[in-house]
Formats: sequence, C-alpha cells, structure tokens
Amino acid sequence: MERVAGLDDESAEWLRLLDPSAADHRAGLDRLHERLLRIARAEVRRRTARIVGPEVDDLAHQAAADAMLAILAKRDTFRGESRFTTWAYRFVILEVSSKLGRHFWRNPPAPLDDEQWERLPDRLGVDPHEHAEARHLAEVVRAAVDETLTEHQRSVFVEVVLHGLPLDALCARDGVTRSAVYKTVFDARRKIRAALVANGYLDPSVRQEESS
Amino acid sequence: MNARERLARFLRTDPRDVGCDEAMAVLHVYADLVAHDAGAATERYPGVAAHLAACGPCREDLTGLLAALSGDV
Repeated sequence: MERVAGLDDESAEWLRLLDPSAADHRAGLDRLHERLLRIARAEVRRRTARIVGPEVDDLAHQAAADAMLAILAKRDTFRGESRFTTWAYRFVILEVSSKLGRHFWRNPPAPLDDEQWERLPDRLGVDPHEHAEARHLAEVVRAAVDETLTEHQRSVFVEVVLHGLPLDALCARDGVTRSAVYKTVFDARRKIRAALVANGYLDPSVRQEESS
Repeated sequence: MNARERLARFLRTDPRDVGCDEAMAVLHVYADLVAHDAGAATERYPGVAAHLAACGPCREDLTGLLAALSGDV
C-alpha cells in the first residue's frame, strides 16, 4: 500500500500492519482488535449503568467486531487528516452508540399513554418553585406545537423532548439516521421559537446564536 | 435562570450547525485538534463546534473518542 504523504510514524506502522501482504498482518489485526475491544468495554460502561455483567462484554465484542470490519473495508480511504488510531477508534465509538440505541429496546421504560405536557418544564430544568410560569410555559409551547409543526415533527418532538427517548433509540426503532431525527427536532425548535416570538412570549431581540 | 430563559436556550438553533452527518464525518480530525488545542478545533470547524454544543449524542461520541485517545481506557 502506498504511504500517505505526511503521515506520522505510528500511523504509517498501522497501515503497514493492516496490509494483508505484511508478514505480521495477523498480529496487527489482533492488536487492533484488542484495542477496539478495550475501548468498547470502557465506552459502554461510561455511557450507561443500565447494562452490567456479561451484557457489557457481549455488546463490546459486537461493537469491536463490526468496527474492525468497517476499518478494514475503509482503510484505503484513510487520508492522514488525523492519527490513524483516532480515525480507527471513531468507528468503535459510533458502533457503541448505535448498539446502545438498539439495546435500549430490550428493556424499554413503560410506554406513556399521553403527551404529558406538564413534564416539559421539568425536562427543561425549570425550577419546580416556578409553578405558575412553568404551567404557562407548557401551555404556550403546546399551542405553538399544535399550530406550527407537521404531524411528523410533532411526533418526534414529543418522543424526544417530552418523553426523553434517546435519539439513537428512536433511530434503531424507526430505521432512520441520527441526522434525520436531529434535523426534525432542530426544525421543530426553530418553528416553535418563531411562533413564541411572534406571540410575544419570547424576546425577538435576542439573536439565536447569542441566546445562551 | 428563569423559565423563559431556559425555554429560549432550549429553542436556540445555531445557523452554523452542520448537523450530525457532517460532524461525524470529521470527528476524528476534530478530536485530534481538541486533544491539542480546543480553541483551534472551534476556529477551524465552527459549524462542527456549533453542532456539538447542541447535539447530545454527537457530543457523547466526541467525549468517548477523547477518552479513548487519552489512554485511560
């Protein structure tokens, strides 16, 4: 395999090891898999306390194996824009995300029968002592949702924001990408904000990117 | 922060936000930059920084990648 220009020595060594013609190719694969597995185990544990015992190992092994396949399939696309290990570890991190999204449905929380708009202030971290304002906030957001969102936007907004469903779990259930779900919620937030500015509930003078 | 301010923050959308796909496509490059100089990462990829500030799942991926790079795992 041709060496990528400007590559650091460690990255070049990884590319050499992953070339099937290398005498120590097998050892290189084992070494990479060992690292991916260690990272996957740590990442599962870091992200959730809901998964324990052998399930951690099962999920980590699946993530490491799938990441390994992706890395080998795509190694020719590595351009040296980062260290090779950073490029490779990204695959296993994304595999863990995806697999945790699927795993969520093995033991999902009890389904909520209605939209429970009274949960919204709590979801936004509003101080529980602000009872009256919190109730009003939930009412104006619900009205903006009713008036401005499409049925799809409303459904996703309710599941992600009101019910707290993880984005990756929604992706796994519906077979859609994280990007698609994020964009739906992004557009919903933008439309709700515009409606609340139009009805005077929010201050229009605060520019979007300055409102933090 | 009062209720309206919290709502305003939640509804904030940054027009520079590049979305999940574009952010994940350069996550490895961004992570290497962050590992050396977080300011340089934001400067070079403002749209990715805007996305990571707003998207919890993608931010988790970056945190996980940085943890892996730190050698602590």
